[in-house]
Formats: sequence, C-alpha cells, structure tokens
Amino acid sequence: MSTSGGAWLVAAAVWPLIAMLSGFASGGRHASRVALVSMGVGLVIVVVIAVLVLAGGEPLVYLLGGWAPPLGIGLRADGLAVVMMLTTVVVIGSAGLYARADFGPRAGLPETRQSLVFWTLLLGVWGAMNLVVLGRDLFNLYVGLELLTFAAVPLVCLDGRGETLTAALRYLMFALLGSVLYLLGAVLLYGAYGTLDISLLAERVQPEPVTWAAAGLITAGLLAKTALFPLHLWLPPAHAGAPAAASAVLSALVVKGSFVLVIRLWFEVMPGLWNVAATQLLGVLGAGAILYGSILALRQKRLKLLIAYSTVAQIGYLFLMFPLAFDVGSARLEPGIALTGGLLQLVSHALAKGAMFMAAGLIAVALGHDRVADLGGVARALPISVIAFGLAGVSLVGLPPSIGFVAKWLLLSAAIATGQWWWTMVLIVGSLLTSGYVILVLMRSMSPLADPLRPVVQVARSREAIALALSLGALLLGLVALAPAPSVSIISTGAVAAETLAGAGR
Amino acid sequence: MTTVTLFGLCGAILVGLGLYSTLIHPQPLRKLIGFNLLGSGIFLIFGVIARRGAWSGVGGDPVPQALVITGIVVAFAGTALAAGLLLRLFEETGTATLESPRAVDPASDRSEP
Repeated sequence: MSTSGGAWLVAAAVWPLIAMLSGFASGGRHASRVALVSMGVGLVIVVVIAVLVLAGGEPLVYLLGGWAPPLGIGLRADGLAVVMMLTTVVVIGSAGLYARADFGPRAGLPETRQSLVFWTLLLGVWGAMNLVVLGRDLFNLYVGLELLTFAAVPLVCLDGRGETLTAALRYLMFALLGSVLYLLGAVLLYGAYGTLDISLLAERVQPEPVTWAAAGLITAGLLAKTALFPLHLWLPPAHAGAPAAASAVLSALVVKGSFVLVIRLWFEVMPGLWNVAATQLLGVLGAGAILYGSILALRQKRLKLLIAYSTVAQIGYLFLMFPLAFDVGSARLEPGIALTGGLLQLVSHALAKGAMFMAAGLIAVALGHDRVADLGGVARALPISVIAFGLAGVSLVGLPPSIGFVAKWLLLSAAIATGQWWWTMVLIVGSLLTSGYVILVLMRSMSPLADPLRPVVQVARSREAIALALSLGALLLGLVALAPAPSVSIISTGAVAAETLAGAGR
Repeated sequence: MTTVTLFGLCGAILVGLGLYSTLIHPQPLRKLIGFNLLGSGIFLIFGVIARRGAWSGVGGDPVPQALVITGIVVAFAGTALAAGLLLRLFEETGTATLESPRAVDPASDRSEP
C-alpha cells in the first residue's frame, strides 16, 4: 500500500529529471536559470518529505501504478533516504550557485556547449541520486546507478584535455565493470528467489551458496563504484581533474550513491547472512583506505589531488560501520549507533568535502595554480576561502562541535562497546593523519610573503561565502545532532537509531 | 544435459572470458569489448532464468525478458559513452591507452606513486 503523501516521492524522483530535460531544451543561455530555480523547488519537495516522515514516524511508500511488488516496483523514503536527499539537494544547490560564475550566462558572449552540458549533467546527478536512495527494486536501482555514472563521468572531462579524458575513461571502466557485477548478482537473486524487491528479498533469502555468490558480486560491484581501497585507483585523477563545482559534487555525493546500496544490501536485504570474517574484511578495507589515503594525501604536491586522496581516506570511515554493527550474539548486523555514526560521517564528509573542493577551486583560480608548496600569502588574499577550508578540515578531523566529531564519537563508542579496540586505533591514527594534511595546507597558506600576493584573477566574495556556508553547516550540524531528536527508523528493519544517537551524544 | 544447463554454462563461460579480458588487458578498447562479452554472458543468464521460470502455456518468465531489454539498452549506452571518450582521447593525445597520462601543462606536476 502507498502511504498518504507517497506521491511526493514521485515528485522527488521525477522533478530533477524534468528540470534536466527542460534545461537541455532551453539551451546553454537559460540552462543555469532553469537549474537553479528547479533546485529551489526541489528543496521544498525534500523538506515536505522530511516533515511527513518525521511527523508520521514511519517511512513514506509509493507503489508505482498501484502495483504491489513483486509485480510492481515501489519507492520508499526512510530515514536514510531523507538524510541523503536533503544532503544531495543542499550540495547540488550550493554547487549550482558556485558554478554560476564558471558556467552561467555572460553578457555579450555566445553560449557555450560546456555550460549547457554542465547544467544538464548536474541535474542528472541530482535526479539519479534521488532515484538511488528511494528505489526499492534491485533492477530499478541498477538503472539509477547507471544514470548516476553516465551523468558523473562526463563531468570529469568537461574541459576536454587529454589528462581529464584519461581520468574519465578510467572512471568509466571501473564503473562499468562494477555495474555488470552488480547486475549479475541481482539476476542470480531473481533466479533463486523470484523477486527483486528489497523487502520481499529480505524475507526470502536463505544462507546458501547462490545468495553468497550474489551478495559477493553485488558488493564487489558497488565497492568499485564507491572507490573503496584497493578499488580507488580511478578516483584521485578523476576528482582532481574535474572543474571545482563538479569535483565537489563527485566527491560529496556520487560515491555515496553506491554506498547507500551497500547499506541496503547488508543491513536490509541480508542482515543475518554475514559472519565475523565478512564484516571484519570490509572494516579492514576501510582501515586500509583510511591509512593509505591519508598518507598519500600528506604527500601530494597539488591541493586538489590532496583533497581527492582525502576522499579515498574518508570513504574508509564509512566501512567501519560494518564490523562495529555486527552483533556476535545474534550473528546479525544490527542497526544501532555504528550505523548512525556511519550515516553522520556520510553527511559530514559530503558537506565538508564540497566546501573544500570549492575553496580549493577558488584558490587555484586566484593563484593560477594549486601547488601546495606555493600557497604562501593565500590566507591574506583569500581569507574566507582559507577559513572555509580550515573549518571543513575541522569536520574531517572530527573536532567538536562538528558533525564529523559526532560521527567519529559514535563509531568510537561502538568500537568500545563491542570490545573491538583495534578500530579505535584506526580511528585515532586516521584523525591524526587527517589533521596532518589539513594543518599542512593551512600552514603553507598562512606563511607570509615579502610582497602581498596579487591574485591572477579576482574571485567573487559570494563564491567564497558558498564554500564557507557549507563548511559552517558541517561544523554546526554537530550541535543539532547532539540535541534530542525525534525517533525515526533509519532503515526499515526497525531500530530507533536517532534516539540512541541522542543518548550516546550526551 | 538440458537446454537450460547448456545455455547456463555458455553464459558462465562468456562471463568468465569477459571478466578476464576486462581485468587483464590494459588497452581500453579491449576492456570495452571484454565488458560487452561479460554483458552478453549476463544477458544469456537472464534468458536461462526466464526459461527456467516457464510454466504451462508460457514459454518463459516474462520479468527477466523485460529486464534484459533495459539491460541491453544500458550496456549499449555505456559502450557508446566509452567509445566516444576513447575517440576523443585519441584525437587529443594521439594515443588510446590508460597508461601514464602525459602531464599537459607544467603546473600539474603529478606526484602519484
């Protein structure tokens, strides 16, 4: 049955795509206006959904055409979907406002193909993200994932240089391989259980070889798309080579789309299928990502590559939730504070990394380069951008009161509560390394120059303000997360995680 | 051996060949062809599962048949995008490999391991 208000889910899924098509049809001169207006409307839609879910205390469901699964497909907004949709619309909207100067209409100049493509793809990423978080049918989700990939890959090579084309092509190869592995897993599940609906599959799956094979294939495919170490090779050149607004969206959102599906598969479809080894393996890969990504970030000579490697590291934190949420007694993944911590890490990284890439983009424009060693004097020339970078860094490191602090605190508490001390070491070392590269950049940019720095290009204060707003958001959301929250189940399998969150925060 | 088993095995072999060439070959074009082979294997498995779900009067379960059409369209779109990128890469740089991309401007000194 569709719940009342379920039709809003259709609006959330379809509205960005309508905007994408009308932006495309209206041409490069008007695409930016269409995109920005539609993002405003989209924000309203998502807020309405959030209010309905909070007020009702249970997920919104919409069955397309009134056909119930397994025949039809459903859309469903639970806590995870609402949080993801809110984060998505905020980051996409900020990236849109930020990108107006690069891709917006300019008086007296002809419209460019690049700007038309940028706005179309930006709206495409938004629509695909909403589809991926709302979808309940594994094949429908596959189409959403592909939409996400096809919108994200060309964003990497908008400038058409050989270097970025290579990065885009490598990204596409990883993504295509990931998606066919996912598809193979999905078809095996359909062959065994006769349905692709997440809720129905959760009732029907049995611990048997075909399920393990399917789960392994789907997970491997999704990890390639999420760029978890050691499948991260495509990420740094792709995210560092894209235009700043696109980097922000790619790093903040696109890799999270496939991660949401990992959560759905592990926590919702087959929470009882896993054992200690499988969950620890994901945790080990996450720990590898944290250490490897952070150390390489420290060694980068270019600011955007440094931030991209930081993304590799921060993705690792997301995967620590799996060993921490595994309850040895019942041999199930239990949604609790570990899941909540991972989810907050997702939001924290989305906001902070969006802000960082935007600030780095402005610094690169103003200096004409982004060599970390030659950042001297930037703090004086572009103080707001450097502050935005620093505040975003605070959230990545996990200092209070940022939301990154709450996320890492919850993960730490879960590690201590379950007696898995080795993950606390990873969390602490990871935070130290993160503060290392953040402080490195801040020190370089604050080192004084004999002559005051003369920016090659003047950057608008309003663009710096957007980066600052995102990083302030990441900083101050931590205070909101500590307040007692209304209880909403994060995923459909129960667990009033928001309540535990409020309890653990105090 | 039943038809279903035979075609299932064929699908598995195609998946294996495709996976091998996608992972082993460094040239993107070969990877792309491997991806298509892998996709064909999966679509064949879709067909096998449709046939296995046959009941009296119906030759096969229609759901996988519907899915496979969408799957083919998506795989085609992915292939077209990759081929387009590859052609553009060849126009820009004169090579079509993913090995050691040239630094285009001196400002972008790469420091990857």
